Amino acid sequence: MSNNIDNNQNNVDITPEVNTGASEKVAMAKPSGQSDTLKKANKNLKRRRAISTFMRYFVLIVVGCIMIYPLVWMVGACFKQNSEIFSSMNPIPIKATLDGFKNAMKSYGGNINIWKAMLNTYSYVIPMVILTVVSSVVTAYGFARFKFIGHNVLFALMMAMLFLPQVVLNVPQYMLFNEFGWIGSDFYLALIVPTAFATETYFIFMLIQFLRNVPKELEESAKIDGCNVFQILIKIIVPMIMPAVVSCALFKFMWSSNDFLGPLLYVNTPAKYPATIFVKLSMDSDAGFDWNRVLATSLISIMPNILVFFAAQNQFIDGISAGGVKG
Amino acid sequence: MNKLKKFGKKNIGFIFIIPWLIGFLVFKLYPFMSSLYYSFTDYNLFAGMTEGFTLQNYKDVFTVPVELTALKTTFKYAFMTVPMKLVFALFIAYILNFKLKGVNLFRTIYYVPSILGGSVAIAVLWKALFNDNGLIRSGFALIGIDAPHFMSDPKWALLMISILRVWQFGSAMVVFLAALKGVSQDLYEAAAIDGASKTRQFFSITLPLITPVVFYNLVTQLVQAFQEFNGPYIITRGGPLGSTTLMSLLVYNNAFTGYDMGKASAQAWVLFVILMIFTMISFWSQKHWVYYADDEN
Repeated sequence: MSNNIDNNQNNVDITPEVNTGASEKVAMAKPSGQSDTLKKANKNLKRRRAISTFMRYFVLIVVGCIMIYPLVWMVGACFKQNSEIFSSMNPIPIKATLDGFKNAMKSYGGNINIWKAMLNTYSYVIPMVILTVVSSVVTAYGFARFKFIGHNVLFALMMAMLFLPQVVLNVPQYMLFNEFGWIGSDFYLALIVPTAFATETYFIFMLIQFLRNVPKELEESAKIDGCNVFQILIKIIVPMIMPAVVSCALFKFMWSSNDFLGPLLYVNTPAKYPATIFVKLSMDSDAGFDWNRVLATSLISIMPNILVFFAAQNQFIDGISAGGVKG
Repeated sequence: MNKLKKFGKKNIGFIFIIPWLIGFLVFKLYPFMSSLYYSFTDYNLFAGMTEGFTLQNYKDVFTVPVELTALKTTFKYAFMTVPMKLVFALFIAYILNFKLKGVNLFRTIYYVPSILGGSVAIAVLWKALFNDNGLIRSGFALIGIDAPHFMSDPKWALLMISILRVWQFGSAMVVFLAALKGVSQDLYEAAAIDGASKTRQFFSITLPLITPVVFYNLVTQLVQAFQEFNGPYIITRGGPLGSTTLMSLLVYNNAFTGYDMGKASAQAWVLFVILMIFTMISFWSQKHWVYYADDEN
């Protein structure tokens, strides 16, 4: 992975100035025996270059501040007193207090609080991530490295699933899981079980794209050495596509821990509520008077995601870029 | 026997796609087809079915005011959100593509909202910002401006929900940035020598060369926008006066508060067909406006 990061930075450094670089080259084509006019022209160019660099930074910083301000304000507001929260735009509290956090730990009654809700969240998110990754890798390997009866038809069907929107599946899936008795299951069966069957098409697609760029020589020599197809998958393929596997795991982690509709439909005992539902309920019961508590609860609920993002930001960005570039 | 063994050996790869095949049949194909079936019935999860085949659900989508409004609102929402998001994403990606120090830091800052934005926590934050006595209105009040009531004014509520998604332009931006990096610098130099201005270079070189990615972003963002649920459900509950009731919210309300599965299925199918039409138009039209580098050879 570190290799990739270096590459990225190199790219940035090597890339010549797009705008001014070219025109400057033209002007500097005859460096020796510079006449006054040429010197002047060069000076002008330098100034123009400085101005446009300044403008770019200006735009980036202004837009960046607008983008990040709501998040910074949110963090500050958690430490404010309720009377102060909306009284100024300043994210830094005048009289800092931990009341918001203290109250956020309190229960709203019922058998649930923020910690328990977060524990609930990760008790299904982690199995979901593992099952999604394993089933997607296995499927991608099958499609990318083998020919079998019906290969092309099945591959086309698999790709078509990329364009099947979830909205059309929600209602019938609910009825199906209802038949299976998975709704309100203590083990979040309705959320977890489908992930064991490679239902996340985007990941299969991404892994296949990645596999296509992995040379087959290593697999062939492993085959000659007596490895069977399963050993090849585990010993050769998985280590080679590890960066893509990590990206899949990270995205699935983010998506499933942020997912709101899934738990809303399939979890119905308060003691089993995940953080997303808990935060929504705390907002409904408190918004209007106890904002620091609600915001602190919200912030606590996304802390793991924030930490994971900053620990692995390059993997996220590589993952997104890989999906978008035509392979 | 030998033949069977040979057959098995030749098709060994099939074993690897069995989990996917089961998932496809049970969790995708069957629900998909059963949804089509239910959409032509008046099936209710508790009351069951009273009559057989009916087209009433589909007629309702285009005639009952609440449903027709939801359909129109969904279009309005998508055509508001997607262009704004893409223009922002491309604009910032274009600037980030210049050789500037700290590009990675900016890229991260712009990307954070995308990764966190889908969470309920951010929806809560949005409510705190745009509430009638929330931060944005208080801020305007401080400089003596009486800002609109974003949450309770039907004219503004949809825009507020839309801005939440525009704010998350980061992932589209990262995709654009990767594409921009792939555009050869020689082309810009040649154009500069020919005297093309920067704007001209952008429209004549950059944009044509990255059209495949523009197309990719357009399709994925449209599909997302047409299915938007969290914003309206959590922040505005479809209000005020139904001004943020998007189709997916209507589907949810019909299916899971009224348990009218037939009605909800029909609404979902209308949405699905619309999405398919858009996807097909984009695929068809890309022949005319998308430039793929391989075409030249």
